[in-house]
Parts: sequence; C-alpha cells; structure tokens
Amino acid sequence: MYSKLRSFLTVFILIFSLHSFAQEHGHENEKHNEHGEKLSLKDQIKADIKHHLQDSHDFHITDWLTFPLPVILWDDGLQMFMSSKFEHGHATVEHNGNYYKIAHETGHIYKTDASGTIHLNKNGFPTNKMPLDFSITKTVAMIMITALLMFLLFAGLAKSYTKNGGIAKGPGRFFEPIVLYVRDEIAIPNIGEKHYKKYMNYLLTIFFFIWFVNLFGLTPLGVNVTGNIAITAALALLTYLITTFTAKKDYWKHIFWMPGVPTLMKFVLAPIELLGTFIKPFALTMRLYANMFAGHVVLMSIIALMFIYKSWIGSSLSFGLAFGLSILELLVAALQAYIFTVLSALYFGSAVEEHDEH
Amino acid sequence: MEKLLNEFSVGLFFWQVVLFIGLIFLLRKFAWGPILDAINEREEGIKNALAEADKARQEMLNIKSDNDKVLKEARAERDALLKDAREMKETMISEAKEEAQVQANKMIEQAKAAIANEKSAAITEMKNQMGDLSVSIAEKVVKGELSDKKKQLQLIEQLLNEVTLN
Repeated sequence: MYSKLRSFLTVFILIFSLHSFAQEHGHENEKHNEHGEKLSLKDQIKADIKHHLQDSHDFHITDWLTFPLPVILWDDGLQMFMSSKFEHGHATVEHNGNYYKIAHETGHIYKTDASGTIHLNKNGFPTNKMPLDFSITKTVAMIMITALLMFLLFAGLAKSYTKNGGIAKGPGRFFEPIVLYVRDEIAIPNIGEKHYKKYMNYLLTIFFFIWFVNLFGLTPLGVNVTGNIAITAALALLTYLITTFTAKKDYWKHIFWMPGVPTLMKFVLAPIELLGTFIKPFALTMRLYANMFAGHVVLMSIIALMFIYKSWIGSSLSFGLAFGLSILELLVAALQAYIFTVLSALYFGSAVEEHDEH
Repeated sequence: MEKLLNEFSVGLFFWQVVLFIGLIFLLRKFAWGPILDAINEREEGIKNALAEADKARQEMLNIKSDNDKVLKEARAERDALLKDAREMKETMISEAKEEAQVQANKMIEQAKAAIANEKSAAITEMKNQMGDLSVSIAEKVVKGELSDKKKQLQLIEQLLNEVTLN
C-alpha cells in the first residue's frame, strides 16, 4: 500500500515538474538576456537551473503565478516593501532615498545608484554594498510553511493520543513509527539510555524538518531549502551549540588533556581535537548542502535533457533516467535527514559520555 | 569558495535559526512532549500487561499443579480407603465365619448334650415305666402264681437260692 502510494506520488511529482518546465520552455522560447540578445535553449536551461537553486524574493510557481513576498532590509533603519516592486529583478527600487537592485548573479539585493548599476569583480560577482537582508524570501516562506505543517501534523498526533485512549489516529499516525525509530535507533544507541531524553526534541525536530523540506524540494514547487548553505550552516551551528553547552567534564578533558597518552602527545592532540569540534559541524553543513544541491542540479539537468534531445529516443531515455533519479532523490531526502540526525546524536553522545575506565 | 560566500545569505541564516528554535520549543510543548509521554505510557502499559499475563499464567500453572496434587492425594486416599474397606470386609467375613463356626459347634454341642439328656431321661423313664410295668406284670404274675401255696413256697425257695447265689 505504502509503496504503491509512493510510486504514485513520484510519478505525480515528476509529471508536474515536467509540466512546469514545459510551460517555461514551450511558451517562452523567446527569452532574452540582459543585453536583449536571444538566449540559446542550453543557456536558458542553465539560467533556469541557477534560478531554481537560488533563493528568490518572489514565490515563483509559473510565470503567470508568482507571489510577491515582503522585503525587509536593515539599511540605516528598517526598510520594508513588497518584492513586486523589483518586477522580477528587472527594476531598480527607490525606497526612502536609497536605490536597490537584485543582481541576477547571486540573487541578493544590492545598493546601487539611481540607474541601478551593478559593479562586478573579475570573477563576475557584484562588489556593490549590501544592506542586511532579513526579507521573507521564497526559502524563508517555505521554512514557515514547513514549520506550520509540522506543527499541525505533530500537534494533531499528540492530541489524538488523549482523544483516542493512547492510540495514534489521523494522518500523524504514519509518523509515529518514525518518531519511535528516531528514539530507539538514533537517540538511545548514540546518546545512551541515561541522557537521551533532553535531546529528543531537537533530534525529532531536525529529522522531520530536513526530511520534509527535502521532500518539498522534490515537488513542483521545487523550493531548494536544504541545498542552501545558510540553512545547513544554521542547523549545524545549532548542533554545535547544543553539543558545546551540554558537554560534560569528560568531553572537555578528552579534548584538552587526552587521558591515557604521554604528556607530549597531549599537547599535540589538544589543537587537533579542538579543531575537530569545528570540523564536525562544518562537515554537517557541507554534506547536507552538497547532497541536496547536487541532487537538484542532476535531476533538473536530466529533465532538461528531454528538451534538448528533441527526438523520442533521447527524450524517453532521459524521462526514464529522471524517473529513476526522482525515486533515488526520495531516498536521498530521507537518508540525508537520517544522517544529519544520527551525526548530531553521535556528537551529543560524545558530549555526555562518561568514561569510567580511565 | 567565493561563490559560496557570495551566495551565503545572513538573513536566511537568521530566519532559519530563529524559526527553527521557535519550532523546537513549539513542538516540544505541543507535540514531542505529549507524543513521547503517550508512547512511554503505552509501552509501560504493554509491559505491565505482559508481566501480568505472565504472572497469571504462572499462577494458573501453580493452581493446576495444586489441583493435580490434590487429585493425586484424593486418588491415593480413595485407594487407601478401598483397600481398608476390602481388608475390613475380609476380616469381617473371616471373623463372621469363625464365629459362625464356633456358634455352630456350640449349638451342636448343646444339641448333642440335650439329645444325650433327653436320651438318658427317656431311658430313665423307659426304665421306670418298664420297671413299673414289669412290677405290675410281676405283681399280676405273682398274684396269679401265689394263689396256690405250693407255688408260693417254691418261688420263695427259688428266690432265696438266687439271693444266696449273689
């Protein structure tokens, strides 16, 4: 039953992704670049993939269905206006005497002069001053939607226990075994029976959050949340802070004064161990980011191949590939959530571990 | 690296941290806390129920073995009772037989004694009657014979002879 539903969803998702792609390319083959030159199909696809992977100030679903989002800047005081003012990045916005423009190179907002000139360095990145940008971007909106969905789902599950005499009911029921899995297979083995309870809230939240945003990334909405380094860095930072602030004496002892090795080695090991504590969250950041980013790039490229090979053989081949890869990405979505959670649990476990043998 | 740094958005980082921490606290209060409590409670319930079932089974086994024991004892008692009864029956029969024998012997003795008594009484009476009869006969004979003097003397002589002979 479950596998049937999954394959149905996959086909559904894939068809919709194709659908939105086809719309973009079927109807507007006449895309032009900044200088008014006609873009080749390959360049269009490149730009589309780049656009998809970048955060955006609009919630773009198709060209005729785009929601403007609030832009919140800190630039000599709070500056707020709707992103529709940018006209999808084409216009320079004048607000309280400042001029802002979105550079399509990075998708960020830069301060410009009245004509909206963006200065680029030799690597093609803007050198204009950036205001502090706290806008509700597409990614932030997606985080909020996911958070709301998680809240409704799991608060509903929690409520169903009291209503139903301790048995789960409703859509949350499907997730109860996964909650149990996180507890029994991730938290308890890695942290230990004694301390695992205080980390459960974080581990459950992070597991379901990453899993859900990864899955949303595969829907036609295609919002690439976890393929965004700021997101993964924020999550890894939280894991790092929790590890550091809940760590017991033994954890610090093992970093700065490793027991059971010669004194000289203790001096050698201390900086290495200390560096290790920073490398761990960095690895967490990069692993999740790179996996999701690469997954999106590959999947979108293969879908795009259908439009490049206009023969039925090439197109059906790449359809098959895209189909297979979509299924693989569904697995990766759960796998990356699992890995992030397991590694977080492992770090928490090392923070509270008690070494009796020394 | 420069690409990554250029793509890094402080605002996104800020929102992710804020929203995520908010989400953790919200879910802790409204979801994970109650869910984990409910699951724990249920697991405890299952554990207790299993332990109870085990205990009940153990008790049932105990009861069964008790029953078996009682049954065995009852059977043994019955057997003992039957044996006793059989023995009693046998002794009773043999005792009765003995007593009957004794009684019979006694009765036979008595009967024999009574018969002997009767016999001797009968004999005595017969003797007496025969004596009486013979006396009366003798009287009659003597009366008839003593009617003549000669004969009387002859008899006296004869009797005297007999007496002297004795």
